[in-house]
Amino acid sequence: MKVTIDGIEIDVPKGTTILQAARMIGPQVAPPAMCYYSKLKTSGGYCRTCIVKVTKGSAQNPNPMPKPVASCRTEVMDGMVVENYTSPEVIEARKGVVEFLLINHPLDCPVCDQAGECKLQDLGYEHGSAKTRYEFKRREYDMIDIGDKIKLHMNRCILCYRCVKTVDQFTDKRVHGVIHRGDAAEISTYIEKAVNNDFSGNVIDVCPVGALTDKTFRFKQRVWFTKPMDAHRNCDKCSGRVRLWLKGEDVARVTARKDEWDEVMDTPDGKSGFICNSCRYDHKRKTDWVIEGPSPVNRHSVISQNHYQHLNELKVQALKQQKALGFMDINKKP
Amino acid sequence: MGRKLLLHNDHVPGIHTLDVYRANGGYASVEKALKTMTPDQVTDEVKKSGLRGRGGAGFPTGMKWSFLAKPEGVPRYLVCNADESEPGTFKDRYLMEHIPHALIEGMITASYALGARKSYIYIRGEYFYVSRILEQAIDEAYAAGLLGENIMGSGFSHDCYVQVGAGAYICGEETALLESLEGKRGNPRIKPPFPAVAGLYGCPTVVNNVETIAAVVPIVNMGGEEYAKIGVGKSTGTKLISASGHINKPGVYEIELGITVEEFIYSEQYCGGIRNSKKLKAVVAGGSSVPILPTDLILKTAKGEPRLMTYESLSDGGFQTGTMLGSGGFIVMDEDTSIVKNLFTFSRFYHHESCGQCSPCREGTGWMEKILKKFLDGTAVESDVDLLWDIQSKIEGKTICPLGEAAAWPVAAAIRHFRHEFEEIAKKKKFNDVSHYERLRKANA
Repeated sequence: MKVTIDGIEIDVPKGTTILQAARMIGPQVAPPAMCYYSKLKTSGGYCRTCIVKVTKGSAQNPNPMPKPVASCRTEVMDGMVVENYTSPEVIEARKGVVEFLLINHPLDCPVCDQAGECKLQDLGYEHGSAKTRYEFKRREYDMIDIGDKIKLHMNRCILCYRCVKTVDQFTDKRVHGVIHRGDAAEISTYIEKAVNNDFSGNVIDVCPVGALTDKTFRFKQRVWFTKPMDAHRNCDKCSGRVRLWLKGEDVARVTARKDEWDEVMDTPDGKSGFICNSCRYDHKRKTDWVIEGPSPVNRHSVISQNHYQHLNELKVQALKQQKALGFMDINKKP
Repeated sequence: MGRKLLLHNDHVPGIHTLDVYRANGGYASVEKALKTMTPDQVTDEVKKSGLRGRGGAGFPTGMKWSFLAKPEGVPRYLVCNADESEPGTFKDRYLMEHIPHALIEGMITASYALGARKSYIYIRGEYFYVSRILEQAIDEAYAAGLLGENIMGSGFSHDCYVQVGAGAYICGEETALLESLEGKRGNPRIKPPFPAVAGLYGCPTVVNNVETIAAVVPIVNMGGEEYAKIGVGKSTGTKLISASGHINKPGVYEIELGITVEEFIYSEQYCGGIRNSKKLKAVVAGGSSVPILPTDLILKTAKGEPRLMTYESLSDGGFQTGTMLGSGGFIVMDEDTSIVKNLFTFSRFYHHESCGQCSPCREGTGWMEKILKKFLDGTAVESDVDLLWDIQSKIEGKTICPLGEAAAWPVAAAIRHFRHEFEEIAKKKKFNDVSHYERLRKANA
């Protein structure tokens, strides 16, 4: 099936969604996604950040779709033409969605553990506006402990349903879901019952914001001061392939390995990459692991700020910029 | 006097019982359909009749039925949407309360046409007493052999169930209704797939409004072509209108589609004019979510033609100068009504009823309500009107289900036609309520 996204044509198999097709082309046309998670069935469609305009339905029916569609839940048709970043309408609508997601968000990034790897930060930076027009009191909830290892900070939640679907699909018994409705809706373990099973820790990894955080890591480190390393161990519950976040010789935290779309990677032999709680919480010594090497980190990510080998290069760049802007050369002696 | 097809015998004492209902010609359509017609013939009659969905969207019913997927070995379902929760609409309640057998009869005939072995009537929790009436009617129908195995010896078997919801506006959206019927949280599904392909329990399902299903009865009885003679153009047949607001005679009226709006508001047969000899200010013609129209636009279209009670005439001029027939919740407002206060009431409702699944609706409806509250408090500034306009435009069309639009349209229309009222409050920094209720409240205080 041929589909054209922002003027780039690609051939994809039947059943591919617009978002998946866009990701195949590359990040320059891929719409942002806050709730869609390719590893979770029936995820997506809720946050509306990935909306795109379909200007031609298919080769058979060339009419445009009347409303913008959620690209993560719309399958491509042969001959479909999609506009994402080339459509001012889509960019404006997305700006609206970002604003809606942020009006009740506490914006407490300076004290949030997710800062630096938060999808909402990225989204706000790339697609939002600099000022808020919301002048009312923001929603507030009490913090809840979900089990002894996970903290739920509902104020920051954007209700993407990823954690609900994770627990639904990777553990045997769901004791956690969404209660109440409308803007009073909240993630809850029914009557604060602890999520207690071997894979519950993965809800931290799938959470795009700082709503679900690892209590063993909370307030210990900013993520950009730690160094991610790929490592593995023999585990009888999961693949044992993880990412260690090192601070010096200490393992600050253990997470699953994530790909360029910030989703948990499958293992090379096609098994699920979600890790068990034993790997996540109980093996926090470097000697527990076989370290493979530094993890690939996006050059633009704040986490790569800690890659000191580039420091000289960065200094030279900064100087060039300052010169171009007419600043005083700090290295020059008077 | 217009023709009545649904409420023609609602005055007969005891019409809610099977005996009286049958004595007045009830269940003739079941007999006619099961004994003399094939299911496809029934569907054809409905197609010929031009019947359009009476729940709000006005989609042709016959076409909807023909879209139903019919794979082998998979059950098909008919679901009746009796979750009548659009503010200003109460026609289905009247019908079910007074003539419950009209709905049951329609359910059997329609199920025969669709080949559905089982059908469900999903009724809102607030209508609990109506569900009792329906259940009693169903029991009577079972006892008389009109439901159950081998109805009237035709070989067609059918079971009908009543399911009471917990009372949520969102469960009137067809996929949320199906979720709720399955026992889950009433969140709308993401479409496609549509219910005609994968609906209740993943099987092909038709979801129809109470009035639509009840209208199948006269269509089968009189024939689709005869039914199509009533009305104007593509708006055929009769329609129940729930008239409320500042009129002399509020209530449920059955009209022939095609009478003028002016006749409906002012004639003695229907609303009987505006209460207390006041002047008409605005009308919400089809339930709270359709755009409000001021007097000059509701009585006459922008082209100067008289506005008729039809799907086409009411939507003439698009949303710039028109509105929609919607569910037929006809809310009339007199000259003392504050559009801003009315809009606040609507917005509060949509904020309360948003399911919270998708972000524009979850966050936007609450935001709009808070801004409108500022107007009532007299703390709003003029730029708030533009902000309100911008928020509604960012909700409309960006949501999973039509609740987003339902919340955005009234705001857009109120600003489009009554912008001066908002600006006046913002300028004076004071909201002065002179409505009838407010005066009564002050007099009693």
